[in-house]
Amino acid sequence: MIYQRNREWAEKGRIDWFTVGFYLLFVLLGWLNIYAASYDLENATALFDLSGRAGMQLVWMGSSLLLAIALIKIDVRFYETYAILFYLAGIALLIITLLVAKDINGSRSWLIIGPVRLQPAEFMKFLIALTLAKVFNGYGFRLMDRRNLLIVTAVILLPVLLVIAQSETGTALVYLSLILVLYREGLPGGFLFTGIAAIIYFVLGIKYSDIAVGIISQGEFMTILLIIIFTASLILNYLKAVKPFLVTLLLPCAIFLAAYILTFLGVTIDWGVIALAALSTTGIYLIFLFIRNRQKNYLYIFLFLVGSFLFLESVEYVFHEVLQPHQQMRIKVTLGMEQDLSGAGYHVGQSKIAIGSGGFTGKGFLNGTQTKLKYVPEQDTDFIFCTIGEEHGFVGSAIILLLFVAFILRLLSLAERQTTIFGRVYGYAVASIFLFHLVVNIGMVIGIMPVIGIPLPFFSYGGSSLWGFTILLFILLRIDKSRKRI
Amino acid sequence: MNSPNPLTNKKNIIAVAAVIIALIYLLQLFHLQILSPEYREYADSNAFLRRPLYPARGAIYDRKGNLLVYNRPTYDVMMVVREMEQFDTLDFCRTLNIDIERFHLLDTDMKDRRKNPGYSSYTPQLFLSQLNVEEYGLLQEKLYKFPGIYIQSRTERQYNYSGMGLILGYVAEVDKNKMAADPYYARGDYVGKSGVELSHEEDLRGEKGVEVLLRDAHGRVQGRYEEGRHDKAPESGKDLTLSIDIDLQTYGELLMHNKVGSIVMIEPKTGEILCMVSAPTYDPALLTGKAFGSNYQSLENNPYKPLINRAIAGTYPPGSTFKPTQGLIFLQEGIITPESRYSCFGGYPPLGGRPACHGHYSPLAIQYALATSCNSFFCYGLNGMLGNRSKYASTGNAFDVWKDHMVNMGFGYPLGVDLPSEKRGFIPNSKFYSRVFNTDRWHAHNIISIAIGQGEILATPLQIANLGALIANRGYFYTPHVVKEIKGGALDEQFTTRHESGINREHFEVTVAGMADAVTIGTCRGINLEPFMEVCGKTGTAENPHGDDHSLFIGFAPKDNPQVAIAVVVENGRFGATNAVPIARLMMQRYLMGEVPESDRWLENTIINREILPYVYTRNLPARQNESENEEEMQ
Repeated sequence: MIYQRNREWAEKGRIDWFTVGFYLLFVLLGWLNIYAASYDLENATALFDLSGRAGMQLVWMGSSLLLAIALIKIDVRFYETYAILFYLAGIALLIITLLVAKDINGSRSWLIIGPVRLQPAEFMKFLIALTLAKVFNGYGFRLMDRRNLLIVTAVILLPVLLVIAQSETGTALVYLSLILVLYREGLPGGFLFTGIAAIIYFVLGIKYSDIAVGIISQGEFMTILLIIIFTASLILNYLKAVKPFLVTLLLPCAIFLAAYILTFLGVTIDWGVIALAALSTTGIYLIFLFIRNRQKNYLYIFLFLVGSFLFLESVEYVFHEVLQPHQQMRIKVTLGMEQDLSGAGYHVGQSKIAIGSGGFTGKGFLNGTQTKLKYVPEQDTDFIFCTIGEEHGFVGSAIILLLFVAFILRLLSLAERQTTIFGRVYGYAVASIFLFHLVVNIGMVIGIMPVIGIPLPFFSYGGSSLWGFTILLFILLRIDKSRKRI
Repeated sequence: MNSPNPLTNKKNIIAVAAVIIALIYLLQLFHLQILSPEYREYADSNAFLRRPLYPARGAIYDRKGNLLVYNRPTYDVMMVVREMEQFDTLDFCRTLNIDIERFHLLDTDMKDRRKNPGYSSYTPQLFLSQLNVEEYGLLQEKLYKFPGIYIQSRTERQYNYSGMGLILGYVAEVDKNKMAADPYYARGDYVGKSGVELSHEEDLRGEKGVEVLLRDAHGRVQGRYEEGRHDKAPESGKDLTLSIDIDLQTYGELLMHNKVGSIVMIEPKTGEILCMVSAPTYDPALLTGKAFGSNYQSLENNPYKPLINRAIAGTYPPGSTFKPTQGLIFLQEGIITPESRYSCFGGYPPLGGRPACHGHYSPLAIQYALATSCNSFFCYGLNGMLGNRSKYASTGNAFDVWKDHMVNMGFGYPLGVDLPSEKRGFIPNSKFYSRVFNTDRWHAHNIISIAIGQGEILATPLQIANLGALIANRGYFYTPHVVKEIKGGALDEQFTTRHESGINREHFEVTVAGMADAVTIGTCRGINLEPFMEVCGKTGTAENPHGDDHSLFIGFAPKDNPQVAIAVVVENGRFGATNAVPIARLMMQRYLMGEVPESDRWLENTIINREILPYVYTRNLPARQNESENEEEMQ
């Protein structure tokens, strides 16, 4: 009986054609832009010529469509049932790849089987997503249980470490973007806040590390002020205590004011020392509050303050000692600290030139000079957005960007309307992965993000990535199709 | 955990973040694509290779239509290093007839970015320049064997005659200063460096065209931009017709062989220069092709300075050829009449017989004074003019009137001939002498030698020849010029404007009569072409403190309706009659009679074979010093 009803639902459920429409539109536009990006002025190949990139992409598109149909046909329980098995197989494949792969442009991520080149890391995305969904779907699963947290961390970190070993840092970051799912599923916002704070500290600490303010750098000075403001905000947010909030803000102000007055008396002030004094005072005040009120949150906020400071002090060390020179360079170029137009900045410089030269309406299809003449590197893979920017201008790039945002909002709403935890977690995973790709890829191409080589979904040339994204999306559509309607 | 605010609700926060990031990206796109037009320029300079298309430089003809200068293709060997696979270096060297060491040297030079800043292994780079047609043919046959080797043709000046290098000038690669001054020129362009090639550079060069090509990130050309819609065809240079008669010019150069000096012949009615010989000269072909550098160096180092056009840049005391100007001024100013007579006793009496004179009857009037080149007559004249207090307030005033007449007759300033580096000569003014003598109260006798074209006076052979044209025209001249016609263009107005000397025609008739007498009964009987033609002339012997006197002659013929005016300067040629007069005679015969008559062949041979070269020639041109020192006095 129940089985019968399930069958009925399954048959009644419709595919979300809205999302499919996005998919088909993106793939088609991507194909045209791949043709434009790889268009060779001297020996132009026809759109359908299999020896050209666009022709090959057509093959990938066709196979992806078949793959999509197959994914829709498969029983929805199949995905949940075999998620972990597939995940383990994927991990095994990553290890094999790591062992047998040849070095291609510094990356050891390609499996070459006859004429086909596959990048298992692309397929790992949906496997992690499925596995996360499966784990969260477990009976009475609570994320903040230590054991569960450990399992979830392991599910994400294991493939992250493996692809880092393959020198695919970009893909590793994509996996890490699944933290957004954890946030949706109960990870306290404090974790996310800590993460964002860490990024801000890092950027400030590195970018302004050259100018000194007394015994510390300008970056440290600014970060210390920020730590004090964050600390005060946390007090307000978690303790709803207005008076300690104001005191936390006013105490350092008083110290700076006192120091400022002293300068009129002819005292030479080391503002670095003053900043450190202000931070220490805030710390002591937090300890005082903890002892007086016996509220653990004060202790946590104190730990946040100490942790922030220690993190800040380690930033420079990490930057110079842990990161490799080319990575340092990419970060410096992104932060605007270096103008290296022939080295690390070349790619971004040329990419900005290509996009900027498009103007309002662009140069027209196949009329882009920068991409045609190979000034933009990887112009049909990671930098495909340049072709859009150059040939279709602000209008074209804005439309694509907005279409993508609409697409992601649609995915989020699909995820939210799922009636199972499995479906919802998987949906959020898919949305997070697409969002991360979009933000990092376009951000890189327009010079806001450092150069991280990950493709623009459906637009960048490549079989593995198109297949990977198709699988990711159509499993979601399959799950959505047979969701229980309330 | 869900907060009531929908924006910070966990369900929505990812969506909100996505929208915020998209807005930031939209702003960045707006900034890049709409607010930053410079990206468009970067893109264009990236992608467009604006390759110049060189026009053919104009050809040069002589006044009778003989082709003097034209263009010949030469071939440069270009190399694209990336395309050179399995290159048979030995065979290549054999084909080009160079040895392997030279190959490696050229190769290193080409790849050295200090010497060749635009080096790229993807684009054609100049390996070896200026192959001739034969070498080109050999290489062309074997070109299929040498991948990555290309031949690029360009043109080089080619000359039909070995003379008049100084008038034609030469072309060479443009230098930095010229490029900075004129944005038309780019590195590697050829530009006129001297002579007509320089003075008529803008006519001869034409207008460069441009071909807009697409260039990829490696610098390789990928085709034409929009099928050449933005290309501009080059505009050929204009052909020039010179007023020079190449036959006369060549003959003059022959006569001046082994001598230092100058012959200038002008057609008085038009100011067209028929010949302008400066000796020694050089073969213009020396300054083309591969040997340019070494040839230029040796010409530059030659003590006889063949790169200086003495006709316009050599300045000499004009000596007695100057006397007609003095007679004209004195007559115009009313200091003398044609009948005024002065005594001469073998010298200028008031200064105890200085300057000295030669035997003739005395007292004598202007006509006979010109015929016999009497020094005393003109000294009296100058003294009479400068000392005339009823007419002029002071000696200085009188002298400045004198100077103005001289300037009106074409002295003291460049005439404005259409050739570069013309010198102005030197005509002093009263301030100059006041400074020299350190007082305003100097006397005509202090400067008496200028009356006979000595002292401070300096003139170029062109100015002297122009004086001949002025007298022949009885009072006016046209600025002498060597370019008669610009095909598809017009001559500058200054060459078609009549310049008046401000001296009455009747005074010229007296002067002409004196110069006619000089030929028939006076100092330059050597140029008497009677009965064929009446010639007028005046010899000059310019004192030269550095060696033998310079031999000078000024004249024109025929006396009525003159066809030609001439000036000859033979450095160290002593008396005017010794060298300058016979050379002028032969030149006039050649031009007016078409051929030197049989009876004068001996003279022709004598002159051609005569060598008048100082053993060590270290003369510095005095004009250079004087000119720079006395610049302000002449303003």
